[in-house]
Amino acid sequence: MTQEPDKTIKVIVFQLENEEYAIPVHQVGSIERIMPITRVPGTAEFVEGVINLRGVVTPILDLRKRFSQKNYEMEESTRIIITIIDEMDVGLIVDSANDVLDIEEESIEPPPQVIGAVEDEYVSGVAKLDKRLLILLNLSRVLSSSEVRELYDMEG
Amino acid sequence: MDTNQYLEIFIDESNEHLQSINDQLLELEKNPNDLAIVGEIFRSAHTLKGMSATMGYQDLSNLTHKMENVLDGVRNDQIQVDSDMLDIVFDSVDDLEAMVLDISKGGNGARDVSRVVDLLQAVELGHVLKDREEQEDHSGNSDDIQLDEFTRAVLEQSAEQGLNNFQVEVYLNEDCLLKAARVYMVFDVLEQIGEVVKSQPSAETLENEEFDHSFKVLFVTEEDEEEIAGRINKISEIKQVKVSTYSIDKDESHSEPEIEQKQNINEDEKQEIADKGYKGKQTANKTIRVNIDRLDVLMNLFEELVIDRGRLEQIAAEINHLELNDTVERMTRVSGDLQNIILNMRMVPIEQVFNRFPRMVRQLSKDLNKNIDLRIIGEETELDRTVIDEIGDPLVHLIRNAIDHGIERPEERLARGKEAKGNIELRAYHNGNHVFIEIVDDGAGIDREKVLGKALSNQVVTREQAEKLTDKEVYELIMASGFSTADIISDVSGRGVGLDVVKNTIESLGGNIAIDSELGKGSMFSIQLPLTLSIISVMLVEIQKEKYAIPLSSIIETAIVKKEEILRAHNKEVIDFRGKLVPLVFLKDIFNVPLELEDRDYYSLVIARKGDKMAGFVVDSFIGQQEVVLKSLGGYLSGVFAISGATILGDGQVALILDSNALIK
Repeated sequence: MTQEPDKTIKVIVFQLENEEYAIPVHQVGSIERIMPITRVPGTAEFVEGVINLRGVVTPILDLRKRFSQKNYEMEESTRIIITIIDEMDVGLIVDSANDVLDIEEESIEPPPQVIGAVEDEYVSGVAKLDKRLLILLNLSRVLSSSEVRELYDMEG
Repeated sequence: MDTNQYLEIFIDESNEHLQSINDQLLELEKNPNDLAIVGEIFRSAHTLKGMSATMGYQDLSNLTHKMENVLDGVRNDQIQVDSDMLDIVFDSVDDLEAMVLDISKGGNGARDVSRVVDLLQAVELGHVLKDREEQEDHSGNSDDIQLDEFTRAVLEQSAEQGLNNFQVEVYLNEDCLLKAARVYMVFDVLEQIGEVVKSQPSAETLENEEFDHSFKVLFVTEEDEEEIAGRINKISEIKQVKVSTYSIDKDESHSEPEIEQKQNINEDEKQEIADKGYKGKQTANKTIRVNIDRLDVLMNLFEELVIDRGRLEQIAAEINHLELNDTVERMTRVSGDLQNIILNMRMVPIEQVFNRFPRMVRQLSKDLNKNIDLRIIGEETELDRTVIDEIGDPLVHLIRNAIDHGIERPEERLARGKEAKGNIELRAYHNGNHVFIEIVDDGAGIDREKVLGKALSNQVVTREQAEKLTDKEVYELIMASGFSTADIISDVSGRGVGLDVVKNTIESLGGNIAIDSELGKGSMFSIQLPLTLSIISVMLVEIQKEKYAIPLSSIIETAIVKKEEILRAHNKEVIDFRGKLVPLVFLKDIFNVPLELEDRDYYSLVIARKGDKMAGFVVDSFIGQQEVVLKSLGGYLSGVFAISGATILGDGQVALILDSNALIK
């Protein structure tokens, strides 16, 4: 690489409805094909359930439901991106995972007031790349389990 | 020096040595004259001192050094082993433990130990004074080698056999650098032609190079003086060798019996240390420390293998190919063995928990003026590491309880016709898939009336209930929350919280606790624990199309009842189960399971219990009983209502494990 490493970040690009999103590659553990998911009762709506990821029981979130209240549609391209946040492995269901890109930090802009269906708090920035617009996700916000917890309290 | 990478090893080893010092000190208290034990303690302290100095923990090293001085005094019979002296040494061990703890938490091990150091110094000084007196007393004969009886016997015997006894004096060059090495070479030469009976200074001192430039040995050989001198002179850096015939009588004429004795003990003990050290090295297993997380990863991967093996078995059965079948069968056997090994790797002897109790019992019985003997049986019993980590505190509680409430004061015991010394027995053993830990005391036992009285006044039970309770049920009351039977609330136990916490902890580990007692004769607390937390027996059931696992430990039985048999009471659906009304819990409602099946005119029930309470879980079908590996749902989903974990089934899918305790109210 000729570029300075601190000037660019490597991201995984995935598709959700009609938007393209990006997560820094160091937060991604692996990308999996869709597999049987076991529903866990009493959790938030967007918690799809758990899967057996090579012997580790891993929770799975439906990102569509998280962002737009719509269910994911199973297609050939549907993927689960396993992300690692705060030492927890959590899988995200996305429409497709299509690219690994280097984004220059200069091209990242703070999130505009309205970006598609995603609420601002989940977005950490927007990167312009030629004609593509990548939404950089703030994963800790997306995964924030406070809403999940509140639900238990109601149950208990 | 960058010592960080050794820190973990240092902490582990320090703890081992401290534990060993603790154990041996207790032994010493029982046998104050057994100097072999002092030797053991000395050895541990010495190693600890060396290690901490290397790692740069000066305070730790200094305190150990002071302790070592005292021990050395004991070893040389200059300090009497008594309770006061042991208390001081125990105190210093406490300080050492605190320092190591501090280091393991990332501190620098600094601690104000001046008080203990002063005390140790006082003990040591007492010995120094004595030492000086002795030196004055025996200044006349300090030149010659002192004989103990054993040595004397050897010398006498060899004289009878016509062998020569020589006293060999060796002077090394003053610029000799590796004195210990030269000494070793001299000994080596001598051993080739005879036997070294004794050396002065002692072999250990010589090894540590704690001598000037000369030393003496008593030597038995067939060779003559010239031969010996010749051989030794071949070694370089030897200045002079003096070989003279040694006669026993000469020694006897001016040897003080007292000092003989001292040397005698010294020598024996050294011998023993040497023996022990040797044996220790021989028998100690070679071990490595592995992070438990790594074992978990290994286990996970192995389970994946088992799942694939299942698939392979299926395919082989379909294809029905002879060689394929053979291979799959062999793989099944090998992986079975592998599973055992992996599970065994997580097992550690319960000794780790038990070995802190002798110390605790000693201290407590002192504080409470009681005389108590603790016996430990079955400390080699192995348990899963995760259980070991959890069981320590409950046991501490129960033992404190036995000491405080169980064992009476010596005078009371005598009045009741018992020995003044109370006994507590702590035993562990395997039985089936469980480990039993029992704490038995021969103390006062539990007073049924007293317990009931207290329970009534604390409103734990009602008067009508109280009359119907069996003895066992009464004893269990002491583990109900908000209960304490001690008349006087003491520091040790009886703060009102305690036994209920013990009970909860044990139950959360999947175990249970039972109490048996006889008034005036003593009590027994019996804890039953699963061998491992990672594998549990479950009943797999289907709720609509979803699979759930119910731990077998909470299931009483399964039943199928017709809809007509369901009764309604207080708006709740119940059934009459063997004369008892059991409420039904519809799992599909609680878990919001998507309805896919049509209603049937009978219910499949899993009757489960929590303590005395029962409930019937309504499911759709039973799949069967199975051993499964318990897994957590992970941090993200922790605390889901009525789900205690998950497991991976043979087809690779995840099934949730029901927490039946949460469902029974």
